[in-house]
Amino acid sequence: MLVHLQGPWNPLLGRLTLQQIPYENPILLGTFIFAAILGVIVLGATTRYGKWGYVWREWLTTVDHKKIGVMYCLVGLVMLFRGFIDALMIRTQQAIAIGPNSPGALGAVHGYLTPFHVGQIYTAHGLIMVVFAATPLLVGIMNIIVPLQIGARDMAYPYLNALGLWLTTAGGALVMLSLFVGNFAHGGWYGFVPYFELPYSPGVGVDYWMWAFQLSVLGTTMGSINLIATIVKMRAPGMTWMRMPIFTWASLSTNLIALTSFPVLMVALGLLGMDRYLGTHFYTAGMGGNLMLYNDLFWIWGHPEVYFLILPAFGMMSEIIPTFSEKTLFGYATMVIASFAIGGVSWGVWLHHFFTMAAAPNVNSFYSITTMLVGIPTGVKVFNWIFTMYRGRVRYELPMLWALLALFLLLVGGMTGMMNAFASNDYMWHNGLFVVAHFHMMVLLIAASVFGAVEYWFPKVFGFKLEQKWGKWFFWFMVLGTGWVFVPMFFLGMAGMTRRLDYIPYTQWAPYLHITLVGMAFYVVAVLFFVAHLYVSLRDREKNRVGADAWGTSRNLEWMTHSPVPAYNFAFIPHVNARDEWAWRKENGIAELHAGDYEDIHMPKNTGIPLFLGLLSMGLAFALVWRIWWLALLCLVLMVALIIIRSFDRDTDTTIPAREVERVERAARDGSSGSVPPAGVLGDAVIATSTVRSGSGGIGGNTTSPRPSWAPRNR
Amino acid sequence: MSASTTQKIDPNRLTLWERHYPGHDMISTRTFGFWLYMLTDAMVYAALFASLGVLSHAVNLAGGPPPSAIINPVYAYGETITLFLSVLAYGYSMVALKSGSRGGVVGGMFVSMLLGVVFLAIAATDMGHLFAQGVVPETSGFLSIFFTILIYHALHIVVGVVWMLVMIAQIARDGFSANVVYRLINLRLFWHFQAVIWVFVFTFVYLQGMVA
Ligand code: HEM
Ligand SMILES: [Cu+2]
Repeated sequence: MLVHLQGPWNPLLGRLTLQQIPYENPILLGTFIFAAILGVIVLGATTRYGKWGYVWREWLTTVDHKKIGVMYCLVGLVMLFRGFIDALMIRTQQAIAIGPNSPGALGAVHGYLTPFHVGQIYTAHGLIMVVFAATPLLVGIMNIIVPLQIGARDMAYPYLNALGLWLTTAGGALVMLSLFVGNFAHGGWYGFVPYFELPYSPGVGVDYWMWAFQLSVLGTTMGSINLIATIVKMRAPGMTWMRMPIFTWASLSTNLIALTSFPVLMVALGLLGMDRYLGTHFYTAGMGGNLMLYNDLFWIWGHPEVYFLILPAFGMMSEIIPTFSEKTLFGYATMVIASFAIGGVSWGVWLHHFFTMAAAPNVNSFYSITTMLVGIPTGVKVFNWIFTMYRGRVRYELPMLWALLALFLLLVGGMTGMMNAFASNDYMWHNGLFVVAHFHMMVLLIAASVFGAVEYWFPKVFGFKLEQKWGKWFFWFMVLGTGWVFVPMFFLGMAGMTRRLDYIPYTQWAPYLHITLVGMAFYVVAVLFFVAHLYVSLRDREKNRVGADAWGTSRNLEWMTHSPVPAYNFAFIPHVNARDEWAWRKENGIAELHAGDYEDIHMPKNTGIPLFLGLLSMGLAFALVWRIWWLALLCLVLMVALIIIRSFDRDTDTTIPAREVERVERAARDGSSGSVPPAGVLGDAVIATSTVRSGSGGIGGNTTSPRPSWAPRNR
Repeated sequence: MSASTTQKIDPNRLTLWERHYPGHDMISTRTFGFWLYMLTDAMVYAALFASLGVLSHAVNLAGGPPPSAIINPVYAYGETITLFLSVLAYGYSMVALKSGSRGGVVGGMFVSMLLGVVFLAIAATDMGHLFAQGVVPETSGFLSIFFTILIYHALHIVVGVVWMLVMIAQIARDGFSANVVYRLINLRLFWHFQAVIWVFVFTFVYLQGMVA
């Protein structure tokens, strides 16, 4: 049943030969040297300081949702950087290769990248940014925050959680590997058929793309099962549905989207895989294949996917804006309904991604209208945020700045999305830069919310705030970059420039393309500021230590435990009495963190098996890419064996003794009460903060605690 | 939400923290997650059946045999009977679980597993015949999806059979520990789900194929 391949194949190494290593390409060689040096430094330092045990125990084998979340975010950041470098290359190429007289270098006729190379870059850029940067960042933050917000000690399935992380990481690593071994797909991140079929794309690029994608599908689907089960089953007593924090609601809705849509992508890619490996005819041009089937299946995932990305971002905005407006969120119930309305409508609009592909006018009209319907719940959300700020006491701290930027980008992206939604408009600029600029507004909105969320929740996870000075420089340069890169793009789109060009024939477009290059320069500076931001924050961390309630005006359960959060999250599971429980407690002067009379806490035990499964899945994918059948079979058998062996393991849990809990709680209390005067002492200072701010929009009333925070109280 | 502005709170009457909190019911959490997993798998099947619908046009036969020429009702009937009997046997095994009878559970599961193997054998014979006649997935778009659905379903049966083997071993070793029990319940869900899916396979692939 196996297909006939073009080119050599041998049983031992499959299609892999030495010629597949692109050492003659100076750009890739440079990248390899850079990556190798970085790798040697990191591995060397770990060895030099004897940290392998620490890394293994605390990170690689962990099932702690906070650490898994942090690792998700790290993966996301690394991939974000890679995607950014890709973007830089596309923009510089397009700024050089304009007109027949433009210079060429490194084997390219125009610019410095060959068309084949440009194709790989934009394909990798798209795939990476959507599934290996944005998704891990969002999933990571949900992973950290959702259990804290619902007062749980961990996710519903900690082991599955780790597995999801390592599968996603394996996918990302596979994309990276394709830089140095073989090549990547060069036909766009969402693929085309029959172009991605074996006869037209005989190389390994499409296989890399496909298997990396599949791994992320698996990882994300597992993550969604886990988050939904956590939210439904693990809420603290008293947390009724309508008391749930809005970010948790957003996570629920977004993961319902993921749960139902990712399997469809699995089918879309799986059928393509069967065509490429087994010679079936799902999407082939002849032999009874159907080209549109791929488009439909892909975008049935693709459109819900964009809402899968944006809903958590909305959730983050909905947490940040009330905190820094010192008011409760306006229109909680409508916010919940809107989240689910968006999730629901997102299922009925996919065809707007191919209005131009020969659908009947009434079909196009139908999808045009459903697409516009999305604007209604989105509009509700925008108004809710605005009314939250209205008459609030708005503090322009970094998280708030990011949230406001996100709000602004949402307006621009949403309006231009509405323009795309008219099929008649879309006929003119489909596959053009206008569309590209539209979705970049949306995707940058997600990035902005993520940065806001990182600023906002960082002190919760690490116990100190990020400094503000370099962070603000970073913020403003991101704003500048976004404007300078994407405003010209809207114009270029209107002028008729199509996407994914390696050579631009019209010299009239040159000024715009050069302006976007200026924007890229701002972005580069922004990245440097980001590094400075992190560096200075780490250096000065002692100065910026905070207590439980880092911002003083936050409202939800996650601020009701120490910063950094202990392994068990809460020494006692909170009992929820109100929506915005923490704000409610502060208003009523009962904001002490409980102490004394600790109990044993039952927790899952670390395990290395998810990591091994991740490594094996990467081996499996690699073997399939190169068609090394023995290796694929070996990896598969080992995976099945590991899963079965693990199911026989009875020793999967451990207990943190009460004494240990007490020690940790005491240390958290004493540690933060020493050096930092304001907002530092747990409980007490928190109350002091809210006293200072009493009479402001949201948190008012008498809020002085009659007793010290750690006095045992038996309720 | 500032309920507090209207309402006076007496801090000594409130429960703020749960002492001796028993945690969440492990078995129900696990089975809930399994329902979610099945939803994802149902979506996979939905996408596959939708593809079948798309690829059932005369064009998609590409000169290859139409479904009515290759479907053998006898095999389909045999598969249906064995699969449903297998589910029934698993049901009896679960009844035995309620009374805590190890022999009953293992016995029911063993029968169920054997019937699963019989199902696989019938499916293999059926497909083997077709392959021998040169009716293979590569023939046409329609046959591609036809075999994909059948094989995807059969793969689930393979997983179920292996899972039952594992469970028999675990019951023998651990008896009815919480871990074993939740896995037995999930396996029941899984196995019944395969029967439910088979109904769809039967309807969409076989019945509709015969009619079309
Ligand atoms: C008000 C809501 C929105 C509307 C009305 C809308 C409308 C559209 C339409 C009609 C297209 C297809 C244009 C074409 O290909 O010719 C499109 C493309 C796209 N949109 Fe949106 N959109 C909305 C929100 C979003 C959001 C929230 C995101 C992301 C988080 C997003 C991301 C994208 C992406 C990635 C593409 C293009 C994919 C590609 O071709 O590579 N959109 N949008
Ligand atoms: Cu869309």
